[in-house]
Amino acid sequence: MEVIYRYDGSFDGFLSCVFDSYAQREIPAGFDSGEDGVFSLFDSRTVPTDPGHAARVLRKVTALSPEAAVLLRRGFLTCLPEKELCLFRLTAKLLREGPGFLRDRSDETLCPVVKAVQHLNGEVHLLKGFVRFSELGGVLGGEIEPKNRVLPVLGGHFCARFHNERFFLYDRTHREALFHVPGRSVIRPLADFQMAPPDEAEARYRLLWKRFYDTIAIKERENPRLRMTHMPKRYWGTMTEFQGEDWFRPRSSPAGVSGPGAPAGISAPGTPPPPSPSAPGSGP
Amino acid sequence: MDVLEKLTILTDAAKYDAACTSSGGSRTAKAGMIGNTSTSTAGCCHTFSADGRCVTLLKVLLTNRCIYDCKYCVNRRSNETRRAAFTPEELADLTISFYRRNYIEGLFLSSGVFRSPDYTTELMIRALSLLRETHRFNGYIHAKAIPGTSPELVERLGFLADRLSVNIELPSEAGLKTLAPDKTKGAILAPMRQIQTRNRQSREELVKFRHAPRFAPAGQSTQLIVGATRDTDFRILRLTQGLYDRYGLKRVFYSAYVPVVEHALLPARDVKPPLLREHRLYQADWLLRFYGFRAEELLDEGNQDFDPRVDPKCSWALAHLDAFPVEVNTAAYETLLRIPGVGLTSARRILSARRVGPLHIDNLRRLGVVMKRAQYFLTASGKMAEGLRFTPDSVLRGLVAAERPLLPRQEGVQLSLFDPPGTA
Ligand code: SF4
Repeated sequence: MEVIYRYDGSFDGFLSCVFDSYAQREIPAGFDSGEDGVFSLFDSRTVPTDPGHAARVLRKVTALSPEAAVLLRRGFLTCLPEKELCLFRLTAKLLREGPGFLRDRSDETLCPVVKAVQHLNGEVHLLKGFVRFSELGGVLGGEIEPKNRVLPVLGGHFCARFHNERFFLYDRTHREALFHVPGRSVIRPLADFQMAPPDEAEARYRLLWKRFYDTIAIKERENPRLRMTHMPKRYWGTMTEFQGEDWFRPRSSPAGVSGPGAPAGISAPGTPPPPSPSAPGSGP
Repeated sequence: MDVLEKLTILTDAAKYDAACTSSGGSRTAKAGMIGNTSTSTAGCCHTFSADGRCVTLLKVLLTNRCIYDCKYCVNRRSNETRRAAFTPEELADLTISFYRRNYIEGLFLSSGVFRSPDYTTELMIRALSLLRETHRFNGYIHAKAIPGTSPELVERLGFLADRLSVNIELPSEAGLKTLAPDKTKGAILAPMRQIQTRNRQSREELVKFRHAPRFAPAGQSTQLIVGATRDTDFRILRLTQGLYDRYGLKRVFYSAYVPVVEHALLPARDVKPPLLREHRLYQADWLLRFYGFRAEELLDEGNQDFDPRVDPKCSWALAHLDAFPVEVNTAAYETLLRIPGVGLTSARRILSARRVGPLHIDNLRRLGVVMKRAQYFLTASGKMAEGLRFTPDSVLRGLVAAERPLLPRQEGVQLSLFDPPGTA
């Protein structure tokens, strides 16, 4: 009888499913963490999360191959379709055959997981650079819109780099945020978040950065296609240099400061041209 | 003049310098300091500019005032252009504020020669000390050592920066004499030697005393301008090799000359920067550093310039067809690396995967081998890719087609397959 496992969506929950399938000697046909509300013709069974069971599975996997344990942990954060099933198959094969096949990247069970983890790692690598923080009253805040659940991995990088700072990083896709104060950090679900408008100083630094960005490009070498290959457009939405005029306007002056475009540079798409000299900032 | 305007002028004046990676540094987070550099394997790009180049560092000049008159440079004394100078305070504030917002990985500070090399370097040292000591900045700093600076100042600069560079710019002494009359080969090489020596000493001291101060821990680099003079690729590549061998450089950067000024000795202003040539040099440079190639294998007196149609590795393989095909199940790592389409990672994966069982052609793509290029040059378990029929000519055509979408655009499209070598 084919059965779908319903679980709470946590990593421990998934490992508990693995434990149960061995205890019941059955192979799940799929996993349901409640998010997608999949409709299925199969029977489903709810597997309660049991940290003890989870730890036993993870210990076993780690003993066989520490590398596989990392793949499971990371693989669980990816956006691989039916990731649980792929990870389940990987675990089952590892328990059945031992870790030999892990050295062959072209292995059918291993390949999709490794690829997905690489995609995650790639996204983390890019975001280490592409994240933009704003300073809001002494606290740094930023937003991202990743495909994978990168926060647990990316968080480590920023916590080390800004260990003395208070900051948060909001993941719009997965609606969760990392909060950090010196010495401590947590990831919490956060249904909605709106960045407050900048104060004078913050708006000023944003503008300075945009000016730098627009000026550093060499006209004779302009190559938008190459830029797009290295920095896919889906990242642009949260990057300072691609924001519209509003982003550079401090909250105290509704009419705005001089426009962000650079006189000698290549304006990033979505930016209004610099104002002509006859139109100075018209504050109230 | 306000900071926004200064930033505009001093960025514009700095942008033709190619070097902008932050790799090789490792500063772990320190209590009481802000930042680290953890990009040990690949430089961290914080954005890509409209020309597709990676932006890692805040790359600006301290000032574009200059007492020298290098013909190829926008900042030269005789050029009429707006001049500006940051104060050390402004520069330090910009850097730390950009860094905290994660706009940048650190600072790349260069400068025109303001009053004298020593005077300029002292200003740079002030800015960097402010950053390190007052702002507690622990991120990456790349600073230019200006030829002619006294050794004591280079020394102080080296203890503040992660990487130092002295730009050679012109690949030959003759070029230097005509185009950069204020600089001499000796004045360029002296600080390079000093940096190499101090860097080595400081690493030896670090072994003995864990807290010994570190001198330019990420080593040094330099830049060569390509296309401003008539120097050939062979000359440039041999110079590069010498710099890696004898001066222990970490990187040599190449910069396609953008004609920014009109001068009788330089290419006219409407000449396009030789992007494809620059690209080929970077490819060859990579082969020198990671693939065990020597400059003399890639080019020689009879072939002084790279074939614009195919990359240097393919070009080498086509000239050595007798060394192929290579059997991936038995070949040594070094031999695998010589197969076009096999890179460092895929070669390592082949080594690891073939211990599990014999590899077949189907496995290779999943191991990351670029079969479009590699198929002509390898066998797996004695077999080539199925249905593959080729002659030396069709190999060349296949290789050209495989690389075309990846080439710098302006020149890539003009290359015709059927041009005889040497005219394209
Ligand atoms: S010394 Fe440097 S800034 Fe001055 S003209 Fe020569 S290359 Fe330009």
